[in-house]
Amino acid sequence: MRDTAIAPASSKFVFKSGLQQLLAFGSLILLVAFFSIASSNFFHFSNLVGILLSTAVIGVLALGSTFVIVSGGIDLSVGTVMTLSSVMTGVFITMWGLPLGVGIAGGLLTGCVCGFISGMAIARLGVPPFIATLAMMMIAKGLALVISGTRPIYFTNTPDFMRISQGSLLGVLIPGFNIPNAVLIFFLAAIVGSIILSRTIIGRYNFAIGSNEEATRLSGVNVRNWKVAIYTMTGLFTGIAGILMASRLNSAQPSLGMGYELEAIAAVVIGGTSLSGGKGTIVGTVIGALIMSVLTNGLRILSVPQEWQTVVVGLVILLAVYGDILRRRKA
Amino acid sequence: MEQWIVQMEGIEKRFAGVHALKQGRFDLKSGEVHALVGENGAGKSTMMKILTGVYHMDEGRIVYKGQEVRIADTRMAQRLGIAMIHQELNLAKDLTVAQNIFIGREPRKAWPWFVDDKEMNNQTQALLRQMRLDIDPATPIAQLTVAKQQMVEIMKAISYESQVLIMDEPTASLSDSEIDELFRMIEQLKSKGVAIVYISHRMGELKRITDRITVMRDGAYIDTVPTADVGMDQIIAMMVGREVYQPSRPERKQAEQAAPVLQVNGLTRKGKLHDISFSLCKGEILGVAGLVGAGRTELARAIFGADRIDAGEIWVNGRKLQATSPHQAVKGGIGYLSEDRKHFGCLLEMDVKTNLALASMSRFARALFMNDKRIAEAAEQTVEALKVKTPGIGQQVKFLSGGNQQKVIIGKWLTRDCEILIFDEPTRGIDVGAKSEIYRLLERLAAEGKSIIMISSELPEVLRLSHRILVMCEGRITGELMNDEHASQERIMNYATKRIV
Repeated sequence: MRDTAIAPASSKFVFKSGLQQLLAFGSLILLVAFFSIASSNFFHFSNLVGILLSTAVIGVLALGSTFVIVSGGIDLSVGTVMTLSSVMTGVFITMWGLPLGVGIAGGLLTGCVCGFISGMAIARLGVPPFIATLAMMMIAKGLALVISGTRPIYFTNTPDFMRISQGSLLGVLIPGFNIPNAVLIFFLAAIVGSIILSRTIIGRYNFAIGSNEEATRLSGVNVRNWKVAIYTMTGLFTGIAGILMASRLNSAQPSLGMGYELEAIAAVVIGGTSLSGGKGTIVGTVIGALIMSVLTNGLRILSVPQEWQTVVVGLVILLAVYGDILRRRKA
Repeated sequence: MEQWIVQMEGIEKRFAGVHALKQGRFDLKSGEVHALVGENGAGKSTMMKILTGVYHMDEGRIVYKGQEVRIADTRMAQRLGIAMIHQELNLAKDLTVAQNIFIGREPRKAWPWFVDDKEMNNQTQALLRQMRLDIDPATPIAQLTVAKQQMVEIMKAISYESQVLIMDEPTASLSDSEIDELFRMIEQLKSKGVAIVYISHRMGELKRITDRITVMRDGAYIDTVPTADVGMDQIIAMMVGREVYQPSRPERKQAEQAAPVLQVNGLTRKGKLHDISFSLCKGEILGVAGLVGAGRTELARAIFGADRIDAGEIWVNGRKLQATSPHQAVKGGIGYLSEDRKHFGCLLEMDVKTNLALASMSRFARALFMNDKRIAEAAEQTVEALKVKTPGIGQQVKFLSGGNQQKVIIGKWLTRDCEILIFDEPTRGIDVGAKSEIYRLLERLAAEGKSIIMISSELPEVLRLSHRILVMCEGRITGELMNDEHASQERIMNYATKRIV
């Protein structure tokens, strides 16, 4: 046999994701630069904090969605399950008078249960993810309205709840650095999510299933069970988003939520994750979510009418995905 | 009529660091069948992809029918009359034969929006009759056998009045009688002046059907010789460039007569498998021979839990195996290498080390976290032990040659340390050099105590490696023989065609 010395791992795989992230990050920087020049009101601490705050809820939803999308699936229910989680939290804390911690756990559990059910439908019954999660989206929306009696649930009796999003732990530790907890939680969730995706067994199986589900199954991996686990994990992050949102509004609004899933998916896609699965990063999703917020905020500061804002975001999604396709073609 | 139809010279092609073609040369005369041979990675696919417009050459000259051309894309190649029949067929499975052949140029009725199905079927019928093929033009492709699907692809190319047909491993999935039919068609095309480039690893066929043979190695042109003037050993030597393990009947070591490692009783799957029973001993290589469609892959998948079974029991080391899923089978110590490497064997987009670890992930995990260092170490060891040719364990598997991809898949099961390995067509699409390596590897594994079921359509391969041979026909085991001096291809063939009414 030819003596081919095995060269040190030229990890094309890692390099390409690195390039992807760099481009997304670069775009973000460009946008920030553009708006900073276009308006003197943009690059202020309070405005930037506002951007981060408005990213937090959708951002956490997008983090959760990253897992299912990398596995080759999709979850259309994240928006309404988020609302259902916030409603359940409201029920536990306000109506049943349970302690704060239990209420929050209940909200998270709601998200997990919904994710679990979706996952079971997909993995055991063989329902396509699009359909299964579409069904869950409707069911969750309905349940949220039924359980809440179609009325918002207010958390006025538990002032601590508000502090989850709106308080500022960082502001206490570093005087003047008043970044709301919601932002902190978002970044912490991103770090945890990133570790899960890149370093744990569920993360590896995520990529494997998304890359070639049948080959993974034929390698002896219990794909069915892992898929359920992946959707349940997404449900957990959805629950976190629900708590954050309820805390921001200091109430559980049962009619909200529908439409958030599309923004979450948009953030994931802009961040470079492929909808066909097998490729993606959490960092990319974070950048994707930030790009969307920066755009919306910047356009508002420039007094662009709100209607046009969504047009611009739609075009950005198109451009981002097209750019990604072009780049893959060259590879 | 001897005319140069294609002349390629000085072809250079580089891909990200790999010098795929170095001063590549190829020429083709009308009405000849010209074999293009070389190990995987020799450059023959790349040459043909340049000719068919899939790739652009970095440098070089292509002369077609006396005129220099720049083949910009596949459309242009098609217009020039160059067509390729790929190993993985390019047909739309849900459309009919006629729809596939006329795709993109369907005959229209008076109103331009409407497709004239009747006319399309008639024209297709005429074409089929011309080539003496017995296929109904309205049949959906999915209902045809692989052999017939291939015929349809050839028909499609002919209907474009192609004058250059490139066939890539055309006989890989064909039975002997289907190969005869294919060769008859090739002769017919020859008499019409069509030039055929025949890419294949099957030496016997080259002798039968080709006029000249061009050998490539490591991206470079080696030589072109008239088929009649050369012996197969010479060709192999040119392909491989070194002394090759001479294929002859090796000494058969008797497998240890121990208790069976695997016992299959009454395995039945409606329509595919009927009452299959056999056993496998430790350290044994059990060859499974039979024609395409005999049910061998179905048997493998049934044992492996990849498909449902209607009846039957599987015992591994005296314990009953509830193989309702591959997960269970793997836990029971069985590994399976499917015949379709690309779709079922490896994760093409992922790297070598991930593919190698795929069946053993829990071994490399501490709590929930993956121990990447151990994965890398194990991967390096396996790559070294199996001599996998790769720039590194971080290389995406899609960039490896077929033979090396196969080694990675074998490595995956070795990492899992399976006792029983089922190989389905282990050397399909693999060049001669890598084939010998895989044979040696199989023998080594058996000697080390692994028990192997080897499904193969290449009888010489079956006779070379097996201790014992099972023959299947139409879902049943029709014969079992020890691989001793009485075993022969004829005997196997006899069993393989023995239908039980």
